[in-house]
Amino acid sequence: MKKLGVIVNPIAGMGGRVGLKGTDGAKIVKKAVALGAKPVASQKAVDALKELLPYKENFLLITYPHEMGEDEAKKAGFHPKVIGKIISGQTTAEDTIRAAREMSMEGVDLILLVGGDGTMRDAISAVGTMTPLLGVPAGVKLHSACFANTPESAGKVAACFLSEGLPLREAEVMDIDEDAYRQNRLSAKLKGFAKVPYEPTMVQATKEGSTGYELADQKAIARWVFELMEKGRAYVLGPGTTTRAVAEELGIYDSTLLGVDIIRDYKMVAKDVGEERILRTIEGKPATIIVSPIGRQGFVLGRGNQQISPKVVKKVGKDNILVIATPQKLSSTPTLKVDTGDAKLDEVFRGYIKVITGYHQSRMVKII
Amino acid sequence: MKYQQARWADDGRLEPLVFELSKAKRIGYTLPPKAPSESNIPNKLIRTELELPELSEPEVVRHYTRLSQMNYGIDSGFYPLGSCTMKYNPKICEELAALETASCIHPYQDEDTVQGALELMYKLERCLAEIAGVARVCLHPSAGAHGEFLGMLLTRAYHRSRGKERNEVIVSDSAHGTNFASAAMAGFDVVVVPSNSRGRVDLEALRKAVSKRTAALMLTNPNTLGLFEDEILEIAKAVHKVGGLLYYDGANLNGILGKTRPGDMGFDIVHFNLHKTFGTPHGGGGPGAGPIGVTRKLERFLPVPTVEYDKKRKRYHLDYRCPQSVGKIKSFYGNFGVLVKAYAYILLMGASGLREVTEAAVLNANYIMRKLQDVDGFEIKFDASGPCKHEVVFSAEPMNKNYGVKAHSVAKRLLDYGIHAPTYYFPPIVPEALMIEPTETETKEELDRFIAAMREIAEEAKSHPDKLLAAPTATAIGRLDEAKASREPILSWKMYRKLAK
Repeated sequence: MKKLGVIVNPIAGMGGRVGLKGTDGAKIVKKAVALGAKPVASQKAVDALKELLPYKENFLLITYPHEMGEDEAKKAGFHPKVIGKIISGQTTAEDTIRAAREMSMEGVDLILLVGGDGTMRDAISAVGTMTPLLGVPAGVKLHSACFANTPESAGKVAACFLSEGLPLREAEVMDIDEDAYRQNRLSAKLKGFAKVPYEPTMVQATKEGSTGYELADQKAIARWVFELMEKGRAYVLGPGTTTRAVAEELGIYDSTLLGVDIIRDYKMVAKDVGEERILRTIEGKPATIIVSPIGRQGFVLGRGNQQISPKVVKKVGKDNILVIATPQKLSSTPTLKVDTGDAKLDEVFRGYIKVITGYHQSRMVKII
Repeated sequence: MKYQQARWADDGRLEPLVFELSKAKRIGYTLPPKAPSESNIPNKLIRTELELPELSEPEVVRHYTRLSQMNYGIDSGFYPLGSCTMKYNPKICEELAALETASCIHPYQDEDTVQGALELMYKLERCLAEIAGVARVCLHPSAGAHGEFLGMLLTRAYHRSRGKERNEVIVSDSAHGTNFASAAMAGFDVVVVPSNSRGRVDLEALRKAVSKRTAALMLTNPNTLGLFEDEILEIAKAVHKVGGLLYYDGANLNGILGKTRPGDMGFDIVHFNLHKTFGTPHGGGGPGAGPIGVTRKLERFLPVPTVEYDKKRKRYHLDYRCPQSVGKIKSFYGNFGVLVKAYAYILLMGASGLREVTEAAVLNANYIMRKLQDVDGFEIKFDASGPCKHEVVFSAEPMNKNYGVKAHSVAKRLLDYGIHAPTYYFPPIVPEALMIEPTETETKEELDRFIAAMREIAEEAKSHPDKLLAAPTATAIGRLDEAKASREPILSWKMYRKLAK
């Protein structure tokens, strides 16, 4: 029998209504409660779980005590297996991490995680890409690409995954620095990747020559990028799994998943570099930036790859930016965004750009 | 509504294969001891043991009659398979194609002995050129995708002749899957342009997509949503401005016959599906015919031979003198039998008849659109105000959202009502798509029967969703494991036997 883990972060999303940018840390939670914030995650968890009710005989629901899933599961009509211990009313990030680890050890097929970016970050710190995760959007910050659009659709995807099986893709886990954000500075960082189920029928893969399987499509993209590469030109490779596939096509297996590398003549010349090092390396030489949209909103520049700064972009030139993305990725982010921190530069990118989506295949996608 | 398809089974097992029915030494027909031609065959090439089924004549007749009764085709009932134009195929066209003068000629016969066949091809070409507004038509391609591929070869030849290597073909995201494949097979990079909120080509995206690299834009008009690309003149201008060509996918020609012509819209290469628009049978892999028409500037690249008429000698002949031709793309001159049927169909209808075809096809689609538009469970995603052309695309997204029933199940349930399923999950830009093309050959009563079935199914989705999820139950074979069927096809006795071992 399949096993589904359910973790609810009861305080997720509480800061939203009262104008706080998130609820990371006990102090902020107190402040949120003082401002009159009400829990929101609980209802969202119930909404998602209700979608799974028709399949309840076919899987075992494993969850954490009280407000971390037990209450919600029962409210939705399940008789869950409850593991672990918490101090009700005082849950923290530690509880999420412990819950994810214990569920992974129980051998769950999927963890349904009700929360926001912070919750997701905590969960992957425990299970990485070992156990598939799916986010039920309940947090204030939802930059990560591992959340379903609504609690209901999360429930549906989970049901489909458990009953019929769905392919998995690696999706970005992002988080922003809340303190900086409260001072109106947005700095979203790529924190890692989660294995997330997705519905290939949503992508209608075969029509555009996609295989329907992200890894195969990444390889197809990588092959074409490889063919396009010129000798002597520097390639600034942004973070992500699609750009990693490009490095692997070149035989480079130690590229930086969460950072920026530079490749020239099919060899790594600079690894995990910041803005300054990039500028030094490409100085006076032809260069191309290769990036893939990151996160839920599909940021091409400025979120998760801040190393590729406005200065770098200007130096390389707009025409030398290669955007690559699988059809699967584009189906979840049909429009793209840029946020380089330089409003004028962002403006230059607005409108349609050509995104490489397969072998000798591209698609016009709008940057808004 | 009650429907039950024949189901020939014994002991719970469906009609066995003809090989399984075989009994050793059973003889249905006795051949003459030795045919005269046999004496010319060297002994070592003559087989004495043949693995053929041995049955009596009535057994054979019954076997195939039973199989045909467990099948479904346009002759059994309504077949609204969107974008496939499953119209009724007039029987007289079949009879004409079966005439000895059409079916018993050989492509190597001397031209003087096949003047009629050459005349037919010459005149069919003239008809198609007139219908599409182009200069010349090549009848050789034996299927729609084959024609598309020729269109792409012509595109490459054209640009090469002008000393330009152009490597990109632009395709709309609502296009038929074959467009992407044809362009890629001919060695082009494929650039996809999205549709706008009105379900038409997004002009802003197209203008950004075109460049000196653009070889062609491939477009279907009316498009796969059944909507007319009303900005076609602007689209043509944008592509021609950079020196690119416009390729017309003829899958939906049934929506504009005698009303407008691809050539007049600015298309340079026009593709036909004779087996859709011109009433020749299709499905099951052919034979089909996918002729390609071109404007003057592309004429010299067409495949050889062309059929020409010598006015002085009053004689038709095959012409191989075409130095810039892309060469041959098929043995001989195309699927001749299909060409005969299509020519007969065109003569049968005449110019005004063809115009009426489109009028009735469009009227029928709009009738269905209006009658189903308000049904709870279905909605129209693009340009719901109408009118549509020859087909209409509904989305069963509300049904899926509210009652957990997908378009796939609606399609399967229709079979229980004795109606062939529409095309579903295409075009990909419509979630839970149901693409319905009634064609002109259905009566109002038949359309009403379909509409009633769709309404009943929408009700069932609410009250008895299990009925839809279990469908079909009134057919000889129930719901198939489609993934398994396409991954492990068993297409021959040999494959079947191998698997049984």
